[in-house]
Amino acid sequence: MDSNTPPSSSAAAGSADPSAARRNSKRPKYSRFTQQELPACKPILTPGWVISSFMLVSIVFIPIGVASLLASHNVVEIVDRYDTVCIPESARNDKVNYIQSPGDKTCTRNITVTKHMKKPIYLYYQLDNFYQNHRRYVKSRSDAQLRSNGSADDVSSCEPEDKSNGQPIVPCGLIAWSLFNDTYDFSRNGQQLSLNKKGISWKSDREHKFGKNVFPRNFQNGSLIGGGSLNSSLPLSEQEDLIVWMRTAALPTFRKLYGKIEDDLQANDVIMVTLENRYNTYSFNGKKKLVLSTASWLGGKNDFLGIAYLTVGGLCLFLAMVFTILYLVKPRQLGDPSYLSWNRNPGWQ
Amino acid sequence: MDSNASIESESYRSFSSRRSISSHHSKLSASNSIGEATCAEMGSKKVRHGSRGGADSEGFNLSQKEISDEDARFVYINDPARTNERFEYARNSIRTAKYSVITFLPRNLFEQFHRVAYIYFLVIAILNQLPQLAVFGRGASIMPLAFVLLVTAVKDAYEDYRRHRSDRIENNRLALVLVDGEFRDKKWKDIEVGEIIRVRANETLPCDMVLLSTSDPTGVAYIQTINLDGESNLKTRYAKQETLSKILENMSSGLIKCEKPNRNIYGFHANMEVDGKRLSLGASNIILRGCELKNTAWAVGVAVYAGQETKVMLNSSGAPSKRSKLEKRMNVEIILLSFFLITLCSIVSVLAAIWLRRHRDKLDNIPYYRRKDYSETDVENYNYYGWGWEIFFTFLMSVIVFQIMIPISLYISMELVRVGQAFFMIRDGGMYDEASNSRFQCRALNINEDLGQIKYVFSDKTGTLTENKMEFRSASIWGVDYSGGNPDLQSEQVAHEVEVDGKILRPKMAVRADPELLRLARGGRESEQGKHVYDFFLALASCNTIVPFVVDTEDPSVKLVDYQGESPDEQALVYAAAAYGFMLIERTSGHIVVDVQGEKQRFNVLGLHEFESDRKRMSVILGFPDKSVKVFVKGADTTMFSVIDRTSNNNVLQATEGHLLSYSSMGLRTLVVGMRELSNSEFDKWYIAFEAASTALMGRAALLRKVASSIESNLCVIGASAIEDKLQLGVPEAIESLRMADIKVWVLTGDKQETAISIGYSSRLLTSRMNQIIINSNSKELCRKSLEDAIIKAKKLSGPNVSSNMEGSSGAVTIPVGLIIDGTSLVYILDSELEELLFQLASHCSVVLCCRVAPLQKAGIVALVKKRTSDMTLAIGDGANDVSMIQCADVGIGISGQEGRQAVMASDFAMGQFRFLVPLLLVHGHWNYQRMGYMILYNFYRNAVFVLILFWYVLYTCFTLTTAINEWSSVLYSVIYTSVPTIVVGILDKDLSKRTLSKHPQLYGAGHRQEVYNSKHFWLTMVDTIWQSAAAFFIPLLAYRKSTVDGPSIGDLWTLAAVILVNLHLAMDIVSWTWVTHAAIWGSIVATVICVIVIDAIPILPGYWAIFHAAGTWVFWLCLLAIIVAALVPRLVVKFFHQYYCPSDIQIAREAEKYGRLRDHGTVEIEMNPILEPPRR
Repeated sequence: MDSNTPPSSSAAAGSADPSAARRNSKRPKYSRFTQQELPACKPILTPGWVISSFMLVSIVFIPIGVASLLASHNVVEIVDRYDTVCIPESARNDKVNYIQSPGDKTCTRNITVTKHMKKPIYLYYQLDNFYQNHRRYVKSRSDAQLRSNGSADDVSSCEPEDKSNGQPIVPCGLIAWSLFNDTYDFSRNGQQLSLNKKGISWKSDREHKFGKNVFPRNFQNGSLIGGGSLNSSLPLSEQEDLIVWMRTAALPTFRKLYGKIEDDLQANDVIMVTLENRYNTYSFNGKKKLVLSTASWLGGKNDFLGIAYLTVGGLCLFLAMVFTILYLVKPRQLGDPSYLSWNRNPGWQ
Repeated sequence: MDSNASIESESYRSFSSRRSISSHHSKLSASNSIGEATCAEMGSKKVRHGSRGGADSEGFNLSQKEISDEDARFVYINDPARTNERFEYARNSIRTAKYSVITFLPRNLFEQFHRVAYIYFLVIAILNQLPQLAVFGRGASIMPLAFVLLVTAVKDAYEDYRRHRSDRIENNRLALVLVDGEFRDKKWKDIEVGEIIRVRANETLPCDMVLLSTSDPTGVAYIQTINLDGESNLKTRYAKQETLSKILENMSSGLIKCEKPNRNIYGFHANMEVDGKRLSLGASNIILRGCELKNTAWAVGVAVYAGQETKVMLNSSGAPSKRSKLEKRMNVEIILLSFFLITLCSIVSVLAAIWLRRHRDKLDNIPYYRRKDYSETDVENYNYYGWGWEIFFTFLMSVIVFQIMIPISLYISMELVRVGQAFFMIRDGGMYDEASNSRFQCRALNINEDLGQIKYVFSDKTGTLTENKMEFRSASIWGVDYSGGNPDLQSEQVAHEVEVDGKILRPKMAVRADPELLRLARGGRESEQGKHVYDFFLALASCNTIVPFVVDTEDPSVKLVDYQGESPDEQALVYAAAAYGFMLIERTSGHIVVDVQGEKQRFNVLGLHEFESDRKRMSVILGFPDKSVKVFVKGADTTMFSVIDRTSNNNVLQATEGHLLSYSSMGLRTLVVGMRELSNSEFDKWYIAFEAASTALMGRAALLRKVASSIESNLCVIGASAIEDKLQLGVPEAIESLRMADIKVWVLTGDKQETAISIGYSSRLLTSRMNQIIINSNSKELCRKSLEDAIIKAKKLSGPNVSSNMEGSSGAVTIPVGLIIDGTSLVYILDSELEELLFQLASHCSVVLCCRVAPLQKAGIVALVKKRTSDMTLAIGDGANDVSMIQCADVGIGISGQEGRQAVMASDFAMGQFRFLVPLLLVHGHWNYQRMGYMILYNFYRNAVFVLILFWYVLYTCFTLTTAINEWSSVLYSVIYTSVPTIVVGILDKDLSKRTLSKHPQLYGAGHRQEVYNSKHFWLTMVDTIWQSAAAFFIPLLAYRKSTVDGPSIGDLWTLAAVILVNLHLAMDIVSWTWVTHAAIWGSIVATVICVIVIDAIPILPGYWAIFHAAGTWVFWLCLLAIIVAALVPRLVVKFFHQYYCPSDIQIAREAEKYGRLRDHGTVEIEMNPILEPPRR
């Protein structure tokens, strides 16, 4: 600004003091941040980058897929559905009535081992069409009550299984009430197979979620019996079947660990299962299955992940090749200004 | 307002026809009023028209009607008790604070819930409180809303606390008030209407007062209104002669009858009765709260408006609120999303209904349903209200679960992002104006992204394109041109000095002088030409409203003369006169003192007719020391030549006209000076009429105008002055950039056509290659004909261009068309069917130049374009005359320049220089648009992915709205897990550097073509969303099929997958990775993991320790990896194909930026093809 010619209208009489003006300068302080000039990395999807990343994906995915498939194939899994078979022929017309009627419901199943099974062999029961994730069901529990003795009265969330005869139920709620109560016994060649039922639940649940001084009380005393009952002299933290059951399943078809057989099973071994068929899944067409399975590093028998990885890996390999071919056939120089819309032939649009 | 405007114009029309003013004026005003009405329709800003509209029409209102008693307030001077007995007028305490301690909670909540978003939140939260619908726990459902409300409330409370504090300081200031015959200190808040207050120099006025007396014997007071309208020059206010002497005695007899408080700071209308005489009071008799008294030892006034009723308080309203185009578009998509939400909810309810129907016999006993409650003796339904209700509840519950489908957090994010964007715009060093020491200002926070889609720029000329620093350049006196002050010749800078009372007086500004003229001026009145030169400069020195101030300098013997006035043109002329030896030293209302070549002369100012925009001239009647009386008139050539006596000195007249033409074609602003000697009888006749008119109570302004036009007649032309208004720095380059960006620039100016065209050339608005179409018509029919011809011509010109473009890119020659149209033609075009023709014509033209336009016509033109296209309009101006245009356009920009701050007050953005428009639009506008557009799409995607994952799961839970994902996680998802990166990207991501964007304005086309946010992108995003959510949901579902997995574990997997997915999706689209972006993206993922871990570490939640169990298995990690790759591959493929085989301009520029190819090729190409591709329409 020329000091001879200050803007006459803005300089009110006597108030123009150049040094003051400089002191009050509102010029924004320069910093790379405020000027949006922070150092930045600006990656661009170049063909090379894209092709190599697709290649990388396929290189990683295909071996994982193969490994997963192998793992899944190495798992030996025997599934035996027994819900219908274990009902006498005569009672099959009214299964619900049969299951609700008192009496001995022992049933024997013979299972032939198809392949050598290494220990430990996990024993699951599988229920189908049982919505443990139903809203009414999931909510019907009291975690406070399970954890500490003092909260025994905290049953408001447990309706309609909150109280029985005016006394709070421990453990309350539909989940506990519907505790699965079929039992299994295994023998091979007439010799009892030892079934380890310790440690089938989560350690964290045993130690922190289910109280060591919380004992079942008033449980399964109502007019309608939902499932198994509990030994009222054992604290909840030791009722592992309950703890497993209370880990509600995410999906309507689920398995729950029943126990572990700490013994190898040979191919063509015949396992005799003596089971008490007590649990009522008939009222909602639920299926019951018994599952014997070994475990791999990936868990149980499930080909899905292997197939998924192979598919994705294969697809990426294919895409990488397509891109390579396209790149060789019809390359475009990156940043070529002749592609800019205002440089392109307008007639071409 | 609308009705008001039409009433005004109606009255004006009847009035003007009586006075036989040429009919086009009344038409003009009629069109204006309608133009204004169309703009006023746009909502909240109506009120702002008040001040300006009032100022324009003040004369008519005043003249037409007296204030009726019910519309008046009566102020008994020095009798506050009587004044206030009938009506309780506001006390002088002010209260800008909104809340008190008690009202804070209800009022603040009430204001916050004005936002639809919050109401939606609230309704959902309330629904969730119903026991039948309790999807989330109480805490989880209220938390987000409570959080937002709390943050806003704390912010509001803090701001209000500061307002309280400043109110307290303000209210406790002291003023001198007349009590019992003497002036005593009184707190501001205790001042009452009717009290007499004395203000000393440099004090701030405590309330609006009518001036009664000042230290100046003639009753003049100078005030600075910088707090009111930002204008720093001094304004003169007058006390009535009748009240001057009677400050203390019998003032109590006075009565002021004034209009009710209003917000018009430029108008005041009142009568005062003193000693039985009625005096009329106008805007020049009132001094307003907030102003400062300057150069006047003291002033005494009577308070008429106090406290909240003062004009400054009535005017303190916030910035106008507008909604951006992007946001309007977005709302359409929000409605689509609502439909989508309703569809999802309906699907769930219908499926739930079917399920209930199928299992209706078993519901009582299914273990996971258990309809019956057997615990009581009488067995009842538990939590079951019948089939219909269950479906209804399911529907509402699904709305609660899927609520974030409507991205309510988006509104909050958008506000934050805009604040961030504004932060960077304000702090951009490139938009700081050194000269006025002003930063860029964001006054409206809602339309940042509109800056990236501007198609039409309407610009004022004076003060916007030019600096509005007037410099006297040439004079034509008595037919002789003196343009010797040629800058090339290094002519001397003359600062004429005179010695008065031993002190040297020197004008503050030196002027380049023509040596020949200087010689003549110094030669005295002996020669014939010398006489005319004397008259000419005397006219320049006297015929104005400039007030000289003598300012001390460091050298005690030298004093500077500083000329203060409202018009920069007048300042320039007075400085010029001073340079030639006619130095104005003193001005009072009765006389002026001019130092003529070192000899002090006193002239009596017998009368002054101030400048008026209708007359476009002003006159002063001077009584010379030798008792002769002359009238000097100065005005625009159009209006001057009609009052000049053409019978004599015809050759002088013709020569002057010739000079005027050549001046204006050089881009100079011209004024014609004329004079006439008055005979005694003439003077007496005029004096009587003038006295009568100026004391008239009815129709004063009109009477005065009539008197003025009677005296301003049969003038003898002395000469003409030419003033240069320099173009601002960088204007031609800026205009060129805007044109290259395919923005149509319309310049609307009040200047003459020749001046406008020449400015057009110098600002590169017009180029020599351009074909000009000029429309000057005097009737509607002529207008129609010339418009139709012009359209044919324009089509012919643009027609072949298209075909020549086809032939080859480099050889394409476009003949751009420039349209020049004048205000008279616009009178016939605006608000008639011809508007359509003009619009058609204008759409063929790359440049439109409107000259001689009235302020309201400017708004009319903006409205014309705005009505007919969906393209965004931007108006930029600096003066009060641009306010209507600024408010009418989609984006209004005020230049904080020489003409005060009214334009800034009305604008959405304000800046110091026109050239900042380039960084503002091309850089910040582009960024804002890109960022905001992407952010909206991303937010839709982000929320929809999550909702769909929830939805898929609902299909596996008997349609009962169970969520595997923990309720806290679903609440925190859009609050903590994913919100920060989108805001950071919305503020910081740069697709291209500032340099590239300003170098290649064509890149701005991305905003015009709506490249970032359009329906195609929306639908593609939605399809992608469905795929991604499906991948995220079904991969774990299938991998964990028939396994022991529990709900919380798989839920944690879904949570992590969704969060990582959306963050990586965002990462894929980020262009520039700074450390902030890295921190936001990876920080969010880490924060999510921490949150999930913390939630799973609470033993009383069902999902206790789930994440640790899940993460201990390989399946978990393989699922996560598979989800991310499978979900993102399609997008990556499409993105790569699109970028590689049909790259957008931005993509190429980005590559070029990285590989440095644009510089060598690009610029050459651009110069070859200055005009972008033809408009795609």
